[in-house]
Amino acid sequence: MNGEVRSEAGIPLATSYGPGDLPRPEELPSPGTFPFTRGNFADGYRGRLWTIRQYSGFGTPEESNARYRYLLDQGGTGLSVALDLPTQCGYDSDHPDVEEEVGRVGVALDTLADAEILFDGIPLDAISTSFTINGTAAILLAFYVAVGEKQGVDRAELRGTIQNDILKEYVSRGTWIWPPRPSLRLIADTIEFCAQDVPRFNAISVAGAHFRDAGANAAQEMAFTLMDGITYCDEVIARGRMTIDEFAPQVSFFFYTHGDFFEEIAKYRAGRRRWARIVRERYGAKDDRSCMFRVGCVAGGASLYAPQAHNNIVRVAYEAMASVLGGVQSMFTAAWDEPFALPSEDSATLALRTQQVLAYETGVARVADPLGGSYFVEALTDAMEARVVEIMDDLERRGGMVDAVESGYLQGLVADEASRVQQAVTSGERPVVGVNLFPTDEAPPEVEGYELDETGRARQLERLAAVKRTRSAADVRACLGALAKAAARDDDNLMPHLVECAKAYCTVGEMVDVLKDEWGEFQQPTVF
Amino acid sequence: MPVRVLVAKPGLDGHDRGAKLVARALRDAGFEVIYLGIRQRPAAIAAIAVQEDVQVVGLSILSGAHVALTEKTAAALRDAGADDVLLVVGGTIPQRDVARLEAAGAVAVYPTGTPLETVVESLETLTRAARTS
Repeated sequence: MNGEVRSEAGIPLATSYGPGDLPRPEELPSPGTFPFTRGNFADGYRGRLWTIRQYSGFGTPEESNARYRYLLDQGGTGLSVALDLPTQCGYDSDHPDVEEEVGRVGVALDTLADAEILFDGIPLDAISTSFTINGTAAILLAFYVAVGEKQGVDRAELRGTIQNDILKEYVSRGTWIWPPRPSLRLIADTIEFCAQDVPRFNAISVAGAHFRDAGANAAQEMAFTLMDGITYCDEVIARGRMTIDEFAPQVSFFFYTHGDFFEEIAKYRAGRRRWARIVRERYGAKDDRSCMFRVGCVAGGASLYAPQAHNNIVRVAYEAMASVLGGVQSMFTAAWDEPFALPSEDSATLALRTQQVLAYETGVARVADPLGGSYFVEALTDAMEARVVEIMDDLERRGGMVDAVESGYLQGLVADEASRVQQAVTSGERPVVGVNLFPTDEAPPEVEGYELDETGRARQLERLAAVKRTRSAADVRACLGALAKAAARDDDNLMPHLVECAKAYCTVGEMVDVLKDEWGEFQQPTVF
Repeated sequence: MPVRVLVAKPGLDGHDRGAKLVARALRDAGFEVIYLGIRQRPAAIAAIAVQEDVQVVGLSILSGAHVALTEKTAAALRDAGADDVLLVVGGTIPQRDVARLEAAGAVAVYPTGTPLETVVESLETLTRAARTS
């Protein structure tokens, strides 16, 4: 130890900071002004509070629908839909390899019939819905558009987000289906489709969160995410059909907030500034709204620990406050018992209350960018941006994100950092209360958790069978045939075809398989 | 001869941070580690376990489907004639499920929060005992 103090991402920290560490005033314009370091909006959270959006979805569409209505009744302002892994990976509930996963980490959606139940009684023109869906994002978007039509809501009125960020799936989250190149094409199709038809819907939420949870530090998380954002924008721009200003306002971002309080604040401020400059300088954006870095976040994840698990309540509260001081637009707070199981209703409600206390009692939302001009926060924002740029330059030199994913280089970077953190926790270099500081012998809690309803799967299979019996087989064949034909060409947008497939009650698995036949499947590099 | 260990994630769960950390820790402790990656079918895990002649198969499961996937992998190992392979399981596993996993065929269970050194020591003990028995 040489006595040097560093942030979690390794940025060296001085003992204190002073006026010499501040940028020149012209480099730090007011909140709501390009490059938005101080936030996207001049009035901060006064005009609109961040969206309190708790991730949830269990078992069957009926159970999830009940949970959503409960959360909306409790003051939630948006839905965040968790899908089960078969739906995320493109398998129907009746696929023989996936039976134990149906309805387990989220709701099972096989056909439009399930989506109709999921959103029953929930006015799609009044709420916004975020889907954590990637491989099958385009299909879920097609379902949402089709459900909206059934409710009499025009697609132009629909609000929400599909995550739709496949690149990080190859590195960290694992719900890939097709190889990167055709997947990028499908993502560009959704971006074009949303820009033209569903203008209030975010076509993509470029997510650093999963890099972070897999091991990346805050600077890597931001750098990898911005590189992914560039990759998607390049793909759309290269088609020559749209300018950046026509779609960039529908691109959003998603991160984890972990425990290093000031570093997280600096990360969001630095990310906003860097993205604004990329959009203006690389793509020539003329509209400042295109340059805005719209951010959702999760407080929790891998920053939570199993020993003395109630300490996680405190961790999440600090992380939530850092997120708000960093200027995020929406937030999910994790429940304290997530290291053990899906949260119970009690722990999930406490997580929601954590945000409500923050929003309505602490006063942090009263003034835009309350930390703006802090010697330390501004210096750390600059240092974070410099570190992010360094990591991005390295990836550019290596040929960009697709090459870094296919070669396993990115997977290696993330695994290395995870290993470094693990060693730092083991050695005590990184203090964690209850783990390497003040440990106790207390047994793990008997968490209430969530018990999967085994009859739910049976109901799901019955409904799927009924849909297959009653739909028009000729329509299904025709729609899937048209999808295959469009996939074989480069210049046909697949989204209208997927909407037709959805309306004909084709299953997720049927649509995915048609595209697998055209595009093949991803082969994972196994780097550890 | 180093002990050969196969580390894999059955099912569809892609959270591989823990599996990779365990794989590294075992390698650093002198085990020979074969890491299969995510989304592996139980039958494929068993086939490779036989082909690579491993003494241990380690599963990592964070999706909640640990009981069914452990049962399936244990059955696949039996079908492949590899019932002498030691099956161990880690992941997001509530305390109440530890006994169920042991009943399903796991000789050791490492729930969230288990220190890496505990996993390494446990496997050293188990494989030593298996060799001398």
